[in-house]
Amino acid sequence: MSIKADFQLDAKGLSCPMPIVKTRKAIADLVDGQILEVSATDKGSKADIAAWAESVGHQYIGTVEEGSVLKHYIRKCSDDTMDEQAFEQIIELDEAMKREGLILDVREEAEFAFGHIEGAKSIPMGELEARIGELDKEQEIYVVCRTGKRSDLAAQKLTAHGFTKVFNVLPGMTSWTGNLTKNI
Amino acid sequence: MSVLKWSAAEVAKKVINNEELFILDVRNADAFEDWKIDGHKFEYLNIPYFELLDGVEDILPKIPTDKDVLVVCAKEGSSLMVAEMLSEAGRTGAYLAGGMKTWSEYLEPIKVGDLTGGGELYQFVRLGKGCLSYMVISEGEAAIIDAVRFTDTFTSFAEEKNVNIKYVFDTHLHADHISGGRHIAATTGATYYLPPKDAEEVVFDYTPLLDGTTVQVGASKIDVGAIYSPGHTIGSTSFVVDSKYLLTGDILFIDSIGRPDLAGLAEDWVGDLRETLYKRYRELSNDLIVLPAHFMIIDELNEDGTVAKHLGQLFAENHGLNIKDEAEFRSVVTEHLPPQPNAYQDIRQVNMGKITPTQEEQTEMEIGPNRCAVR
Repeated sequence: MSIKADFQLDAKGLSCPMPIVKTRKAIADLVDGQILEVSATDKGSKADIAAWAESVGHQYIGTVEEGSVLKHYIRKCSDDTMDEQAFEQIIELDEAMKREGLILDVREEAEFAFGHIEGAKSIPMGELEARIGELDKEQEIYVVCRTGKRSDLAAQKLTAHGFTKVFNVLPGMTSWTGNLTKNI
Repeated sequence: MSVLKWSAAEVAKKVINNEELFILDVRNADAFEDWKIDGHKFEYLNIPYFELLDGVEDILPKIPTDKDVLVVCAKEGSSLMVAEMLSEAGRTGAYLAGGMKTWSEYLEPIKVGDLTGGGELYQFVRLGKGCLSYMVISEGEAAIIDAVRFTDTFTSFAEEKNVNIKYVFDTHLHADHISGGRHIAATTGATYYLPPKDAEEVVFDYTPLLDGTTVQVGASKIDVGAIYSPGHTIGSTSFVVDSKYLLTGDILFIDSIGRPDLAGLAEDWVGDLRETLYKRYRELSNDLIVLPAHFMIIDELNEDGTVAKHLGQLFAENHGLNIKDEAEFRSVVTEHLPPQPNAYQDIRQVNMGKITPTQEEQTEMEIGPNRCAVR
């Protein structure tokens, strides 16, 4: 299946260092939170993109191999750390797993595709407003993202729309050590 | 200032002549940690190229101006970029042509010694990977042992020396590198020998290499005699050349011994390894000069670049030959082993003739250190 990206970069046929040089340039034009897909044929690009993203603070999501083409997914983020926690009703991931409600994963589709908790529902943060009708106000909703920042905003949004049984899951998927389900 | 391009041969000279060199390795930290160009007097700085895209100013203070500086990367592109940046910053920018890929493939032929009647024995040192191959030359004929896959190097060398390659041997079915033996035999008409116990699954014809198999090279009839010496693999065989040299394959190295686990049968083969190292080799003359199929660390190189030492000296110094207790020996060679070589299972399949990868795929498979030993 294809994975949704906000921008696609073709770096096929280019050898090191060009895939990284081009990726760096392309990502500068994205806004925070957007996903970049880089297609490359240089096998070394996989380790290099991951290490480069780590060194500059972007989120390397994963790589899919399609024949000789490697598709790398990176999420631009200048700052994903929780600076202020606005939404007060919080829950730990372990606790949420024991309860009956819905795990709502508000990360981007690509992040979800590369690994999520089985049974979780995916509505990326940016689509929440439009898809709010898919959610049930009677059900407890545990909102999760990578670090807790996006889920904090999503939880506030749900409350503004009259949802009361909403919990922000802290810290988020970075601390999840259980099995991951993949859609790739 | 312009950018200088160094060949792998020039770097090899620096290693062998014990010269100083400062290597700026711009690969990923993991790749550098795993595998780098080793030299006795080399210094290193590892900064991934993608951290230098904005310039090299920050690292200039860490780069010496009083010695040669060589920028190295995986394949060449990034090192060229960084070398150009150094040059623009007023430094001498030099990079390794072909990067670590080419370094991994480079073979340096070094003469080990003279044989009876004007014969010669050469060791082909693959510095980047630690593989050692051998050529016995005598009056118009040659025998090759444990050839790596860069077969042109051997055939050109034979042409230069004006000898016909008559015999090609593999001491065992290799798991860390792709053998060039079969290819050399096919192109030169030489006889290709393999130990049958390692060759049960091979899909091509070969001549069985058995305990006692002896060939004579050249008019002076230099003996190359086989001794069955299992343990690294069940078929592993050693050679005595001209009653002077002992080619040990992957059974005994200078500073370590073979590992028995690469074919998945460590527990079964550990007894064979013990018997080979502690009984069969003990019956041989201590004056034999051991020539292994690998070296692990640069300290195993002699001053002339060869990897060779008297068997008697190894009995005295090599830890793996001095473990009195059998149970302790068993534990040393089956537990806490280093990671297995990259793609070793695929490499075995290639050497059995079951798969035929492209050159590029072969290069990928052989990336990284050889890791055939237990220290």
